[in-house]
Amino acid sequence: MGFQEPKLDTSPPVSDEVRKTTCYMCACRCGIDVHLKSGRVSYIEGNRDHPVNKGVLCAKGASGIMQVTAPSRLRAPLKRVGPRGSGAFEEISWDEALGIAVSWLKPLRETAPEKLAFFTGRDQSQSFTSFWAQAYGTPNYAAHGGFCSVNMAAAGIYTMGGAFWEFGQPDWERAKLFVLFGVAEDHDSNPIKIGIGKLKGRGARVIGVNPIRTGYNGVADDWYGITPGTDGLLILSLVHELLKAGRIDLDYLARFTNAPCLVDAAEGPGRGLLLRDGDGKLLVIDKATGKPAPFDRTGVRPDLGATHEGARTVFQHLAERYLSDEYAPEAVAGRTGIPADRIRGLASEIAHAAFDAPVVLDREWTDFRGETHAEMVGRPVAFHAMRGISAHSNGFQTARALHLLQILIGSVETPGGFRFKPPYPKPPEAHPRPHCGFNPNTPLDGPHLGFVHGPDDLALKADGSPARIDKAFTWENPLSAHGLMHMVIPNAHAGDPYRIDTLLLYMANMSWNSSMNTASVMEMLTDRDADGEYRIPRIIYSDAYASEMVAYADLILPDTTYLERHDCISLLDRPICEADAAADAIRWPVVEPDRDVRGFQSVLVDLANRLKLPGFVDEDGRARYRDYAEYIVGHERRPGVGPLMGWRGKGEETGRGAPNPDQLRRYVENGGFAVAHIPDAAQFFKPWNTAYQDWSVRLGLCDKPQPYLFALWSEPLQRFRLAAEGHGDRQPPEHLRARLTAVMDPLPIWYEPFGEAAGADYPVHALTQRPMAMYHSWGSQNAWLRQIHGVNPLYLPTRIWEEHGFADGDWARVSSPTGAITVPVAHMAALNGNTIWTWNAIGKRKGAWALDPAAPEATKGFLLNHLIHELLPERGDGLRWSSSDPITGQAAWFDLRVRIEKVAAPDEAQPAFPPVPSPVPPAPRNRP
Amino acid sequence: MHPAPSVIVFTVLSGAGFGLLAFLALGAVEVYGPAAFLLWGVGYGLTVAGLFVSAFHLGNPSRALRAFTQWRTSWLSREAWASAGALLLLAPVALAAVMGGRLPGHFGLVGAVACLIAVVSTAMIYAQLKTVPRWNHWTTPALFLAFAATSGAILSGQARIAALLCLALGGVLILAFRLGDGRFAAAGQTLTTATGLGQDGRVRQFAPAHTGPNYLTREMIHVVGRRHAMRLRVVAVIFASLLPFLGLLVLPPVLPVMAAVFAVHLLGAFVARWLFFAEAEHVVGLYYGQRQGGPGVRWV
Amino acid sequence: MTALPPPSAKKLGLVIDLDTCVGCQACVTACKGWNDQGYGAPLSDQDAYGSEPCGTFLNRVHGYEVSPEAGPAEIVNFPRSCLHCEDAPCVTVCPTGASYKRAEDGIVLVNEDACIGCGLCAWACPYGARELDPSAGVMKKCTLCVDRIYNENLPEVDRVPACVRTCPTGARHFGDLGDPGSAVSRLVAERGGYDLMPGMGTKPVNKYLPPRKKGAAPEAPLSPLIDTPATGFAGWLDRLLEKI
Ligand SMILES: Nc1nc2c(c(=O)[nH]1)N[C@H]1C(S)=C(S)[C@@H](COP(=O)(O)OP(=O)(O)OC[C@H]3O[C@@H](n4cnc5c(=O)[nH]c(N)nc54)[C@H](O)[C@@H]3O)O[C@H]1N2
Ligand SMILES: Nc1nc2c(c(=O)[nH]1)N[C@H]1C(S)=C(S)[C@@H](COP(=O)(O)OP(=O)(O)OC[C@H]3O[C@@H](n4cnc5c(=O)[nH]c(N)nc54)[C@H](O)[C@@H]3O)O[C@H]1N2
Ligand code: SF4
Ligand code: SF4
Ligand code: SF4
Ligand code: SF4
Ligand code: SF4
Ligand SMILES: [Mo]
Repeated sequence: MGFQEPKLDTSPPVSDEVRKTTCYMCACRCGIDVHLKSGRVSYIEGNRDHPVNKGVLCAKGASGIMQVTAPSRLRAPLKRVGPRGSGAFEEISWDEALGIAVSWLKPLRETAPEKLAFFTGRDQSQSFTSFWAQAYGTPNYAAHGGFCSVNMAAAGIYTMGGAFWEFGQPDWERAKLFVLFGVAEDHDSNPIKIGIGKLKGRGARVIGVNPIRTGYNGVADDWYGITPGTDGLLILSLVHELLKAGRIDLDYLARFTNAPCLVDAAEGPGRGLLLRDGDGKLLVIDKATGKPAPFDRTGVRPDLGATHEGARTVFQHLAERYLSDEYAPEAVAGRTGIPADRIRGLASEIAHAAFDAPVVLDREWTDFRGETHAEMVGRPVAFHAMRGISAHSNGFQTARALHLLQILIGSVETPGGFRFKPPYPKPPEAHPRPHCGFNPNTPLDGPHLGFVHGPDDLALKADGSPARIDKAFTWENPLSAHGLMHMVIPNAHAGDPYRIDTLLLYMANMSWNSSMNTASVMEMLTDRDADGEYRIPRIIYSDAYASEMVAYADLILPDTTYLERHDCISLLDRPICEADAAADAIRWPVVEPDRDVRGFQSVLVDLANRLKLPGFVDEDGRARYRDYAEYIVGHERRPGVGPLMGWRGKGEETGRGAPNPDQLRRYVENGGFAVAHIPDAAQFFKPWNTAYQDWSVRLGLCDKPQPYLFALWSEPLQRFRLAAEGHGDRQPPEHLRARLTAVMDPLPIWYEPFGEAAGADYPVHALTQRPMAMYHSWGSQNAWLRQIHGVNPLYLPTRIWEEHGFADGDWARVSSPTGAITVPVAHMAALNGNTIWTWNAIGKRKGAWALDPAAPEATKGFLLNHLIHELLPERGDGLRWSSSDPITGQAAWFDLRVRIEKVAAPDEAQPAFPPVPSPVPPAPRNRP
Repeated sequence: MHPAPSVIVFTVLSGAGFGLLAFLALGAVEVYGPAAFLLWGVGYGLTVAGLFVSAFHLGNPSRALRAFTQWRTSWLSREAWASAGALLLLAPVALAAVMGGRLPGHFGLVGAVACLIAVVSTAMIYAQLKTVPRWNHWTTPALFLAFAATSGAILSGQARIAALLCLALGGVLILAFRLGDGRFAAAGQTLTTATGLGQDGRVRQFAPAHTGPNYLTREMIHVVGRRHAMRLRVVAVIFASLLPFLGLLVLPPVLPVMAAVFAVHLLGAFVARWLFFAEAEHVVGLYYGQRQGGPGVRWV
Repeated sequence: MTALPPPSAKKLGLVIDLDTCVGCQACVTACKGWNDQGYGAPLSDQDAYGSEPCGTFLNRVHGYEVSPEAGPAEIVNFPRSCLHCEDAPCVTVCPTGASYKRAEDGIVLVNEDACIGCGLCAWACPYGARELDPSAGVMKKCTLCVDRIYNENLPEVDRVPACVRTCPTGARHFGDLGDPGSAVSRLVAERGGYDLMPGMGTKPVNKYLPPRKKGAAPEAPLSPLIDTPATGFAGWLDRLLEKI
């Protein structure tokens, strides 16, 4: 009797239907195939045709189904009925909810529109929400960039007209050496993983510079376990070594950067600025003539070594500075924790990969001076960096240092190096400047956010006080291109610079993981004046889930989940482009909500109609768009240019063209996205490549070609320095002069992160990392992901582990100058010896997220945020300095210094907060 | 391994039952009529109760009959056959005794052999597992047999034989404990062989696959404190073997005494069986950084 | 009976590259998602939103720390699922015949309709590749996505396991390890692919590719262009600019 294998159907039907849309579990925005069985989502997989993820998904994306069915989903609009923070709500109708919102917002707009502060978290519709805020007329709008990574974005744009992540990417196909600074996960989640897979597959070298060796740093071929906050020193030491050996790309520097520009040496208001001709064009000395010439004149060969009437080139300034012994490997080894010979080794690896094995593409291209190059020669060394550099108070200058290094070896926009993604490259001059002119019943005088070029662009009132509630674009942080969301609640609570009336928040868990100093933020949100009024009188919040923040709002506008609404991932803000193509995408309701919830963007359109905001209603006050879908299709930012580039006009035009009512259907048919490929000859050297410049004008990315030089020398910074030295009408307050002079260096510098001031009492660095399988706070409501990361031990390096005699299962009390936590610890050897760390945002407040109050996330999980303060400890000068980058205002999460001691295990992680009542019914016990 | 009560009760009771049945089958005691009904009843009762409890261990008890199909390869299947076989083969013998009669000796002999096979099959379910080195040894069937025989002897009132068997059981228990302690190391599996990493053995768990528990961690990774285990071993030997031995030696073999002796022995048997599971380490624990007496973190 | 079939020529399996796996867990949830709605009973989660969530997964990714003789410690991410062993002890111990190895391609499966949930196969597996689903009471294990790899309702490119399809780094490879010329077999040969716990005698079909050796590159240090301290900045600049 032989064994009969059971009959097996190896071709079962997979699903009834596949609907293609865009993932939302992070800002990577991968394409997904949503399978439906009997009208319900049955399985989600990656869309193979999608430019971002090419079929793959990460752990979050692949478990999106748990997000759509999460018991924590809000079900209907909520009105607060008990004290704020008590979690007492009643469900109300949308009519009532919108009525309340209008009754608050309308009188405000008629009297003091600036008293509405509208801040949106990791908003994927910023071009829309900012448009709304502008139409409303408040200067107080920004998204989360200020507490996230503005250092990276701003340093990139000010230096080279584009930045890492969404604005650019390594040339994964051709790089031979890839150096990654301070990245655990990043927004470009799947592309980085795909890219690292490609590099590994080709046998290219991957190097990780990170105090912690997990994830990408774990697979890296070599690891530099740097001391936090010292990357700038390491990078400038690499620059030192490369300069000393002459291993830099002189031709590239001369042609494409401001290295040959002349630095005005004459004392006066122009000192340290670059010489220009009468038309404002940068001047260089042409080698052919030895005479000054505008940088972009046909045939000019700029001379790096020139001097002109006492003015030397930027190149000479920078070479002299970085050749100094201050930057010798021996001089930085101690501070960075990287031995001198390791620094030398890295420098030599970079030089070897860049110059001994260049990548040469047989593609002709013509530059902006009219010169045609027979081939494209590239330096196959790619760098990438993120918050490890960005989230320190010296992050802006450190990021600039890294860009300097990339540019010195000629690896930006060359094959094998770093490549921009449309709409970048785009020099800072091509961005708007910040606007803050507000008046009752009037739209703001221009976009809120932008790039400051000098003191004149600051957002100051006539009396010199900050015009914005977050004090963005002030002397404290002049180049705060993304605003300072982390300062909104503290400033509004303090009434500094002024009081506000209504705080409108969208998808930001500000009473928990996205705030520093969480406990006091909760107090600020519930604090009252003497008359019993809340210090922040009204809070409207849109969330899709029962997050910690819900309890602190007066009115909740429940959003849909990502599969239930329209969305637009637009070239007007942060599209999904790749280095060789422009691309944008949509989300569309692949299933209908089963609750009384509405897409927040559609709610904003509705509110705009009720408030009759210009841009949303026509001359007669009639609504132009019923909902967000109609806005996406109908809105035009400039004539012919709207939120989506694909299928414009009659459906044949890409980029420019009249609105096409059929546009969304075409997107749906195409899998939810549109792609416009960049012609081969336009794929590299984009800032200077005529073919690219023309293509980008055709596509509507810009209206005229805008070639420019990379700014190794940053004039905007120098202008602030000049102001600090007393030049100009707009003058900084006295207490900031010295700091501005120090940090606003036109060449990249390193200075000690402000957190170091905590001193010897707090000798240990404390960091967080993003887990790849968890997205901030909202991964924990996902039944699958929370099994992977249900607790977050504090990892301690061997030295600290042994010194304190820790054993598995022990707990520690960790204190910073401003707080203390008691948490479980674990040992990790692959870690910088003076650094401890944990996964970010695993800790949960009891009662939130429809989790059992005894959930491990709420009893053992913890936040490091309690240790981090938005202000530095008092220095005795009577001032409170903010714990931010002094240039951009970026929150310095990673400046944190702590001290650690072993303690007996408490019942639960400390601090523990009382539970909040859940605004949703209890979750079912088992699944399915 | 997780010391699941259902499996402990099953193996102890059915072992004792088969032991008793075997003694009865071999005609160790001459009982007829109501006395036979009672004794055979106890034998059948223990066995059937044990088998019944074992069904609690199944995810799908309603399909239990399928377990009879794979006797050619599976010890569990063989055990099913042997148990059912023993119970069926002995039925006429038992019936005859209850009726006051007696069947020819080889009827009983065949039945007794079937009981033996059933006990060995049960033991082989564990002993065959290379994944649990402590079990994967001749001491496992020896132990199961020793328990079955001892229990059977006590229950069937064979005081002398029982006393001797108690001693033998004590010996096998101690041997099984001692030899068992070295088995995991002798099997040669380490985190290095499990992962192929850290050729010089310098590899350890950094983070568990899931911070939450799972079937494996609950079923196969059970850690008992070393001191706790040592105490329980002593208890097991004393109760299963030493006290019954002394009792049988000094007390008259009357029913209440034998019942008390059996009760003490049974207690020891339960403790020993609990340890049999609880001390056994499955190699999968290596992946979880969990070894008896070794370090290892329980995350949740 | 669940004797093993004669060794098949075709041995389908996975090759997992430990040099490339970043530990992202994508394969874990993709596997969960696919198998929650595919082959057999769903993969349940007990106490899903409670204090001890405990679900059935067919693939889990561990993190190990390796401290080499010289150099800093390393972290290696380690996915673990059924290895579709040639001498699969999980098959022969099964009393019901529910656990079997396919004669055609070597995939080890559980026929859930016949499984009594005794758990013995999970005990027999050295690799922790089987989990008994408490809700359905049947044994669950990696099916090598047998309902994908031959599925004519899927486009041909998609006829690969869900975990392989989703792995962003390409650390998971699927193919016929019985065919020495297949891409996976060549990869195993080139990179020194190995078996887990070879001593258990299970002869796994799945192979693991070891992490490559880590550390500094052999490049010679850079030599200075010129003795800068002696010549000064001007000398350095002259020498440098000669180069263009
Ligand atoms: N899975 C997942 N993906 C996400 C998110 C998520 O929550 N989960 N969040 C998204 C968001 S909002 C953001 S901003 C991005 C951020 O993405 P990342 O920039 O990757 O952010 P972090 O996880 O904070 O990682 C910071 C890294 O920098 C290292 N680091 C800290 N200080 C230093 C230093 O001084 N020098 C160096 N060299 N390294 C240092 C830390 O060890 C850590 O590895 O990720 C996005 N993507
Ligand atoms: N210690 C420490 N703290 C940090 C960081 C760190 O590295 N270390 N990183 C910082 C950084 S970079 C960031 S970006 C912040 C992120 O912090 P947050 O932006 O606050 O991140 P989330 O926890 O994801 O909160 C977003 C909120 O959006 C809600 N949400 C999710 N989906 C939807 C939706 O579809 N619609 C609506 N309306 N709401 C939705 C979620 O329920 C949640 O309440 O954290 C910061 N905090
Ligand atoms: S990286 Fe993951 S979570 Fe982010 S969009 Fe892509 S699949 Fe979704
Ligand atoms: S890995 Fe385990 S379950 Fe899979 S075939 Fe081998 S022994 Fe069986
Ligand atoms: S659990 Fe199911 S598949 Fe496993 S041995 Fe028992 S009956 Fe066979
Ligand atoms: S092959 Fe299929 S069942 Fe097996 S681990 Fe991969 S996804 Fe899971
Ligand atoms: S998906 Fe790939 S990279 Fe991610 S954990 Fe699985 S095998 Fe590793
Ligand atoms: Mo962020």
